[in-house]
Order: sequence, then structure tokens, then C-alpha cells
Amino acid sequence: MKNNKLTARNKRKSINLALWTAAWVLTIALVSFGYKFCYQSPVISIITISVNLLIGIGMIIANMKYLNGLDELQRKISLEAMGITLGVTLVVGLGYSMLDTTNVISNDAEISYLVIVMGLTYIVATVINNIKYK
Amino acid sequence: MKNRLKVLRAEKEMTQAQLAEETGVSRQTINAIEKGKFDPSLPLAFKISRLFGLPIEEIFEDES
Repeated sequence: MKNNKLTARNKRKSINLALWTAAWVLTIALVSFGYKFCYQSPVISIITISVNLLIGIGMIIANMKYLNGLDELQRKISLEAMGITLGVTLVVGLGYSMLDTTNVISNDAEISYLVIVMGLTYIVATVINNIKYK
Repeated sequence: MKNRLKVLRAEKEMTQAQLAEETGVSRQTINAIEKGKFDPSLPLAFKISRLFGLPIEEIFEDES
């Protein structure tokens, strides 16, 4: 039952990646909201940001393990989606930044908008690729 | 790349899911290879060739 093994392995690695991602998001919330509502200490901020960075490294490793656990077509689909996401992020990110520096937009360019663009691009690219190779 | 995977699979009365199971890939991968949308890696092509007892060039055909 090699295919069942593949499915079980993918499931295990997906759960592992989801847990690391959830932990990373939680530490971001801890850094942002903790500073805003609980403490204003730079020392505690350095500690929480360090924890966030360490968990971020764990998340990257979990993502690499997830990718390596996929079969070759699934990996191709994911890598193509990541490539598209990287390109879109670079183009949109710099364009957005230029809108800010040239004062075309009144607000400061927020990195959170870029993260949303990245997430949506990755999802759309993955769905399109899955349809392409169906 | 053209291939005879669908014919060979039919001769062995094998489903895509069974072939996927034997070769350790997803059914989607087998389907994409059969439709010529995806070219398998060399290790996967060797696995398929061993499974059908045929040389790779009798299963896959270069279109270029």
C-alpha cells in the first residue's frame, strides 16, 4: 500500500506544517498585541521576537519537509505556484512601495497587504495548476 | 512525450489507482502522465518500465 503510505505521509507533514504555521502566527500576535496591551518593555519584545524568529525557522524547515514528501507532480504544482507567488510579490510589492514613496497613496505602505497578496496568489496559482494537470 | 501507459495498464487490467499505488505516486500523477500533460522523472519511468517488464523506450516515446 505505497499510495496509502504517500497519503499518510503527506497528511502527517501537512499537520506538522499547519502546527508550525499556527505557532508562528500566535507568536506574531504575542509580539504585536503583547506590546500594545500587556507590556512596553523592549527586553520582553526582543525575547518574543527571538521566539518568533526561531519558530519561523521551524516553519520553513517544516515547509521544506512537506515539499520533499510530495510526489513529483504535486511538488511541481507547488513549486510553480511558489514561483508565481515570488514574481507577483516582487512586482506588486515594489509597485505598492513606489505608490507610497511618490505620495500617490496617502497611507503608508503596509507589509500586511503584501502578505495577503502572497497568500491569495499562492492559493489561486495552486488551484489553476491543479486544474491544468487534472 | 507520448506514452503507451493507458494501453499497457488496460492489458494488465489495472486501474490508475493501482498503478499509482505500485509506483508510489498519486493517481493524479498517473492520469497526467497518461494524458501527456506531465513527463515522469527518470526514477519513476524506470519503476513503470520494471512493473510492465518493458524497456523505457517501448513505453515512452520522445516527440521532439
